[in-house]
Amino acid sequence: MPAAAPPVPAVEIAGLSKRFGEVQALCDVDLRVAPGEFFGLLGPNGAGKTTLISILAGLTRADRGTASILGHDVVSDYREARRALGVVPQELVFDPFFTVRETLSIQSGYFGLRHNDAWIDELLFHLDLTQKADANMRALSGGMKRRVLVGQALVHKPPVIVLDEPTAGVDVELRQSLWAFIRKLNRDGHTIILTTHYLEEAEALCNRIAMMKAGRIVALDTTRHLLSRFSGLTVRVSSERLPEGWTARERRREGNVHYLALESYAELEGLLAALRSEGIAIDEMTLADTDLEQVFLRIMAGTETTDEASRMLEVPES
Amino acid sequence: MRGVVGAGMLTLLQKELLRFWKVSFQTIAAPVLTALLYLLIFSHVLESRVSVFNGQVRYTDFLVPGLVMMSVLQNAFANASSSLIQSKITGNLVFVLLPPLSPLDMYAAYVLGAMVRGLVVGLGVFIVTLVLLPGPFHMAHPIVAIAFAVLGSAILGTLGVIAGIWADKFDELAAFQNFLIMPLTFLSGVFYSIHTLPPFWQALSHFNPFFYMIDGFRYGFFGLSDIDPGISLGLVAIAAIVLAAVALSMLARGYKLRH
Ligand SMILES: Nc1ncnc2c1ncn2[C@@H]1O[C@H](COP(=O)(O)OP(=O)(O)OP(=O)(O)O)[C@@H](O)[C@H]1O
Ligand SMILES: [Mg+2]
Repeated sequence: MPAAAPPVPAVEIAGLSKRFGEVQALCDVDLRVAPGEFFGLLGPNGAGKTTLISILAGLTRADRGTASILGHDVVSDYREARRALGVVPQELVFDPFFTVRETLSIQSGYFGLRHNDAWIDELLFHLDLTQKADANMRALSGGMKRRVLVGQALVHKPPVIVLDEPTAGVDVELRQSLWAFIRKLNRDGHTIILTTHYLEEAEALCNRIAMMKAGRIVALDTTRHLLSRFSGLTVRVSSERLPEGWTARERRREGNVHYLALESYAELEGLLAALRSEGIAIDEMTLADTDLEQVFLRIMAGTETTDEASRMLEVPES
Repeated sequence: MRGVVGAGMLTLLQKELLRFWKVSFQTIAAPVLTALLYLLIFSHVLESRVSVFNGQVRYTDFLVPGLVMMSVLQNAFANASSSLIQSKITGNLVFVLLPPLSPLDMYAAYVLGAMVRGLVVGLGVFIVTLVLLPGPFHMAHPIVAIAFAVLGSAILGTLGVIAGIWADKFDELAAFQNFLIMPLTFLSGVFYSIHTLPPFWQALSHFNPFFYMIDGFRYGFFGLSDIDPGISLGLVAIAAIVLAAVALSMLARGYKLRH
């Protein structure tokens, strides 16, 4: 019996490099995203996230390396690759000549879908734009324009959807409904790749995360593993000072508020005992599990990364 | 032709047509008015002073095809170049770059859109002059006139694509227009027969591709021309093919569009 062929990756990137003048925007990046994943691409400004996405979309040409969408090379087989891909660009762009509905049906037509009204109506509904369907693009607020961009990316029902900071400038309520919609698309089998600077969003949505820094992927793991790698607690203590021997645990301080990193709950006993024995009054105290933001900050603060794949995931526990 | 020209091309063409149609006051009515002002002023001032084709044609009649063709050429150029540079500068060209449109799809859509705009304005100028000018109007070879108008609009639409891709800013596009397109148009014999020029300028005019477009177009009106219309048609067709090859290779390489 033939072994089941491994599924074609939704996105496969090998040895991708790109330089803009002096800036090495991408440096030998390898990445594979499986079909059906909800994948997060995180990193500080200028890390290379948009460059990576632009190469996938054919907007930018790589200096070296290859990229493919569902097995279609983005350069040599660009038609199939682009048909399989929907991209929400980071920049808030629009064509001021057209209404919302015209914008969506023109975009649909570019993909050869000239009678797509049922799906366009559904998109308008899910993006809460039905009321604005016949409004000119110029007359929309920033958040509404961003939602039209999401609609344009989905108009041809692409199996792979890339969202480059789709929620920047979108209000809380709509962010929730946008995520509910994207989650539904993911459940229906669409692969989602997301960049965002809202880390709690990535933590809640993504099953796997890549963290980029200066054109390289410096961490790549499931969200669960990334969080557990830095298992521990953060304790927020509001007091005059810290007991003897605990100052080294302090991660951050804001006036009287100290943030301490603990290995486990067991250590909490020791901290409380020390506070009591030194007679330090606690005004307030809260506990929190590690969140993605702390993982992110620690990884980004990490020392220079190396090229070796084996070391890629080892992040200094400073 | 599937795989070479796709269904997306039709939508891009439709978008290009909608774009100028939505602002037709500015894109059609205004250029028609400009051409009429030229006609009124030049014919009034020069009718009795300039003799063309040895007096076989009235100067005002001579002027009409020149102005019609000039309108066709300038508007075809303006349409493709301003659509592209606006999309590039506002960033919405990304909507055209993301779908599976081939270089030929993009080329065909922008150039056909430009041709329609140029021909519509040219037709507008022609119809209004027919209404305004006294006397019957007989056209010697309408098919020849149409052939030159179509080729001329295709050439200027292609130049518009090239300029729109090449220019990074509006003033670079304006420079292209003011230092290349305008002089070539004005020195092509719109307002005069080159036989009235001194020999040096006459010789120089033969290097101006726009001269052949207008001369050939005028032949379609009067059956008279400075150059054999067959030669003009051949040269204009060659220019169209060469420029199309340049524009297509820019699009295929993603020159200034895909970084
Ligand atoms: N077209 C370009 N020309 C020159 N430099 C560029 C260009 N595009 C990107 N860069 C540079 O490449 C680097 C990576 O940029 P990129 O936009 O990929 O970052 P990013 O991770 O998306 O950042 P952000 O979170 O701010 O969106 C930056 O240093 C940027 O200045
Ligand atoms: Mg970015």
